[in-house]
Amino acid sequence: MTINPDLQGRSYPAAEVYDVGREKIREFARAVKATHPAHFDVEAAKALGHRDLVAPPTFAIIIAQRADAQLIEDPEAGIDFSRVVHADQRFIHHRPIIAGDRLVAELHVDGVRAMGGGAMITTRAEIFAVSDGSSEGREPVTTTTSSILVRGEGQ
Amino acid sequence: MSPTFNELTAGQNIGSRTIEVTRTDLVKYAGASGDFNPIHWNEAFATGVGLPGVIAHGMFTMGAAVQLVSDWAGDPAAVVDCQTRFTKPVPVTDTTGSPEPGATIEVSGAIGKLDADAGTARIDLTVVSAGQKVLMKAQAVVRVS
Repeated sequence: MTINPDLQGRSYPAAEVYDVGREKIREFARAVKATHPAHFDVEAAKALGHRDLVAPPTFAIIIAQRADAQLIEDPEAGIDFSRVVHADQRFIHHRPIIAGDRLVAELHVDGVRAMGGGAMITTRAEIFAVSDGSSEGREPVTTTTSSILVRGEGQ
Repeated sequence: MSPTFNELTAGQNIGSRTIEVTRTDLVKYAGASGDFNPIHWNEAFATGVGLPGVIAHGMFTMGAAVQLVSDWAGDPAAVVDCQTRFTKPVPVTDTTGSPEPGATIEVSGAIGKLDADAGTARIDLTVVSAGQKVLMKAQAVVRVS
């Protein structure tokens, strides 16, 4: 299986809306062993000036990996998921993710580079908050970038 | 108890913590994140693809490490940027039924750079497990008033 070099520059439009719930923030925070009260206690979050619970700094990975799945599952891409290794990850927060947010992610394939028999693929998810599920008046929330190494045979 | 920009200097330590990891923690992270890659919970699958055994999600390690910065900042929303490279896997031994962790991750942080114009501090994290640095260029940028 080889990686399609034409992937570079491709984008996948925002798919379904992700509703950020309080219990999901609490569950994710516990899963990364976070203890800051702003993830758990609405009053503590409000005391810091937030509308509701604040998501941990890496919470957006849930939405980014859903967006990445569009690429990984695209039969034209030629990616074998069992050979994928996560190489790097970055989150740039334009504003924090807060419980009650309705988010969508637009995925861009920024780079495809052959490495041995495999390839390094760099993607960027632009995550926006939407008020009514349409793309009208959407607000930038987080930009995530991620590189995955798809190992070739024998690597 | 949030830090004040004028009191910060480059090189200053922000603290450290030890994270104990079990197989149950990896199952919890899989469920919370939606990343069900079997290399993080199935020994036979992990060794079958050439890994030493079940390994922690890189994003589990990054997510747990950055809590040091959230707590230091006093508000997790002050972490405006965070990034890392995943350099070494963190194998997690199956210690189910025992109080022992399957792996231990040591996290420490220091101020790498101060940007007075932006009002931000860059925290450089050192993340080590079993004597090896498992994350490289692990950095978080914090807005400080």
